[in-house]
Amino acid sequence: MSRAGRWLRAGLPQLAVLILALIANGLIAPNFFTLTVQDGRLFGGLVDVVNRGAPTALLGLGMALVIATRGIDLSVGAVMAIAGAVAAVAVNDGLAWPLALALALGAGLACGLWNGVLIAVLGIQPIVATLILMVAGRGVAQLITAGRIVTFDEPHLLWLGGGSVLGLPVAAVVALTALAVFLVATRRTALGLFIEAVGVNPRASRLAGIDTRGVLLCVYAASGLLAATAGVIAAADIRAADANNAGLWLELDAILAVVIGGGLLYGGRFSLSLALIGALALQTIKTGILRAGFPPEFNLIVMAAVVAGVLCLQSPAFAELVRRMRLRRSGAGS
Amino acid sequence: MTAGAPLLLLEARGVGKTYPGVRALDGVDLCVRAGEIHALLGENGAGKSTLIGVLTGVIAKDGGQVLVDGVEIHPRNPAEARAAGLSAVYQEANLLPNLTVAENLYLGRQPTRFGLIRRRTMNDAARALLAGYGLDIDVTRTLDSYSTAVRQVVAIARAVDLSAKVLILDEPTASLDAEETAMLFTVVRGLAARGLAVIFVTHFLDQVFALCDRLTVLRNGRQVGERTVADLAPLDLVALMLGKPLTASHLIRKRATTPGGVVARFTGLGRKRLVAPFDLELRQGEIVGAAGLLGSGRTETALLMFGAERADSGQVEVDGKTVKLRGPRDAIALGFGLLPEDRKADGVVGALSVRDNIVLALQARAGWTKPLPRRKQDELAARYIALLDIRTPDADKPIEQLSGGNQQKALLARWLATEPRLLILDEPTRGVDVGAHAEIVRLIEALCEQGLALYVISSELEEVAAYADRVLVMRERRAVGLVEGEAISPGALMAAIAGTAGEVAA
Repeated sequence: MSRAGRWLRAGLPQLAVLILALIANGLIAPNFFTLTVQDGRLFGGLVDVVNRGAPTALLGLGMALVIATRGIDLSVGAVMAIAGAVAAVAVNDGLAWPLALALALGAGLACGLWNGVLIAVLGIQPIVATLILMVAGRGVAQLITAGRIVTFDEPHLLWLGGGSVLGLPVAAVVALTALAVFLVATRRTALGLFIEAVGVNPRASRLAGIDTRGVLLCVYAASGLLAATAGVIAAADIRAADANNAGLWLELDAILAVVIGGGLLYGGRFSLSLALIGALALQTIKTGILRAGFPPEFNLIVMAAVVAGVLCLQSPAFAELVRRMRLRRSGAGS
Repeated sequence: MTAGAPLLLLEARGVGKTYPGVRALDGVDLCVRAGEIHALLGENGAGKSTLIGVLTGVIAKDGGQVLVDGVEIHPRNPAEARAAGLSAVYQEANLLPNLTVAENLYLGRQPTRFGLIRRRTMNDAARALLAGYGLDIDVTRTLDSYSTAVRQVVAIARAVDLSAKVLILDEPTASLDAEETAMLFTVVRGLAARGLAVIFVTHFLDQVFALCDRLTVLRNGRQVGERTVADLAPLDLVALMLGKPLTASHLIRKRATTPGGVVARFTGLGRKRLVAPFDLELRQGEIVGAAGLLGSGRTETALLMFGAERADSGQVEVDGKTVKLRGPRDAIALGFGLLPEDRKADGVVGALSVRDNIVLALQARAGWTKPLPRRKQDELAARYIALLDIRTPDADKPIEQLSGGNQQKALLARWLATEPRLLILDEPTRGVDVGAHAEIVRLIEALCEQGLALYVISSELEEVAAYADRVLVMRERRAVGLVEGEAISPGALMAAIAGTAGEVAA
């Protein structure tokens, strides 16, 4: 089987979920698939999904790597808030936008390395180690913004939230670029193999000569960097850094994106592209629920029900059921 | 019990099981009488595990029938098999180490009153039950505070108490010492005397002759023989298992070596509470053995030499230059390799493919920025799968699905792919069947002839005595002697380990 064929086969459930969610959207809002061009820019339901889903997709890429090492990063939402705050305060203080952007991304990288050091060097359990920054990170962000919502109007930064490249929203382009970069970084090098080996058996990996600490530092740093990218985009989208609400609960969306993408929480094999598809599927479901016109108080419950349904369909028990049914049918046929 | 012809308690006839591409069981018969200890033998991958799986309802058979006490059974899970009188006790005893001994014995069927567990009744019953096995222990302590042997007996007691008529013991003695093994044998003989049928799965042929009445041998998914142990010579049994006659000389090495230069010299290497400082010199084309009891510090010497544990004293010289071993990476960069004792925990990366496992160390040494091209990976995997006769349908198969012996060979391949100068092998033949065993020993010798320096830790003294040029003897976490050349014999090593003959020929 060709590589593409193998990928298609492995990603069939995820693609099915995405396609079903898209079809549901089409039924809810008949103009969902309509694409229009205005001012050299695409508009439409699909574009909206890709644009809105970009931050979660970015977080999902980092989370997929972290989860592959049998870890978890609960701090990504807080890191988004920090990065947004740094970028906003920096441009408002008169720093040039590239410098502000670099500072924001640097802050995210530093957060990721902090997590990495706690986990790889001090040996703290990932869920506890990143919980520290999840809680403290919002405090840090509030310190940076002095407790206020900091608006900004630096056009280059705002372009990240509202601009377009070749008709596509910048956020979506950034997410796709990040996917491409990380695919190359993991699959065109041996990093992917090392990440998987560390996730499956850290002791054996160390004895085989893998720098397990380096690998862990790497994935948490990547997660921090991607979270900062998402944070800047989210801030640019609302033209303000909101330390309290930026990226709130998005760490859970990122974990869900990975899980819907077929990632196993006990580490091992990972797929970045499927994590991205998971994030898009999640966003599609969210969009559909909003458009369906449920009273807003139902949104979270409907969302939970849909996600639970999706996960049931992906569960080993369901796979076994399908296998048996297929077996019975082929048994009756022959 | 009926008099006259012994009652057939378990009768499996023509059992078959096919996996995609593999005929795992092909019309296998297994008949075990009441009051009999019956050995089930075969190389890794011969079908023992599959057969046990079928009997205990873990694996669905696709042919043949299984009768217990004359009644055909179709267990779909271990609980149904147990209800039919068939229980299995596995090497990694299927108990809960964090619960007490009594709780383990009565889990799921605790004596209750008004819905509450009657702890004292349960503990008394547990004590009485274990007394029947000659075990007098505190049943209110957690299971993990006891040795593997005690856990085995607890597992057996639970299985038998759950109305087992046929008890399957899967490698019960694999991690027991001689005394514990003797204790387990007593328990097993007691069960047979009570009329149970016991199926004893093991790799230790001497234990078969010490304990069992009859035996069944599987090879490549077929039953190739059912014998009475008393009528069988050990060599014939090995021949039966391997399917080819084997001479006792297969272990004896033609020692034509003129050891080459010193590859590595360890001086005063040690670490507090781990192993006392020891000196060792490893030369090209020479096999140095390490012998000692479990816990004697023999594994720890390997960990220090490989940098897996940091030494707090002594120094390491490679090619006459002092080097630092801060971790396995340093050791690998120097051309060392370590085949660890605990294959599952420290060796295989289970969910990854055979190919990934083989290239892992080479790739780790090359670094993440220099990925081995896929073609090179395929080439390496194919070469070592052929060279070491690793039985796998293809290189993409997750290594955890191979049998123990084949996993071990794949791990050896991992190190051979790095073209090492010094290979440290910790119990390379443990848990490996006779066939793979002989192959691995031959491989060790071939590597040595190619000029590798080898350090081999083994609890099989005859094996060590056969191939080692020098043997480091360990006792109570210190090196107590070095036996060399003609002085090496199993007896001499045994005496050195026991410390009876002073510092033998040191």
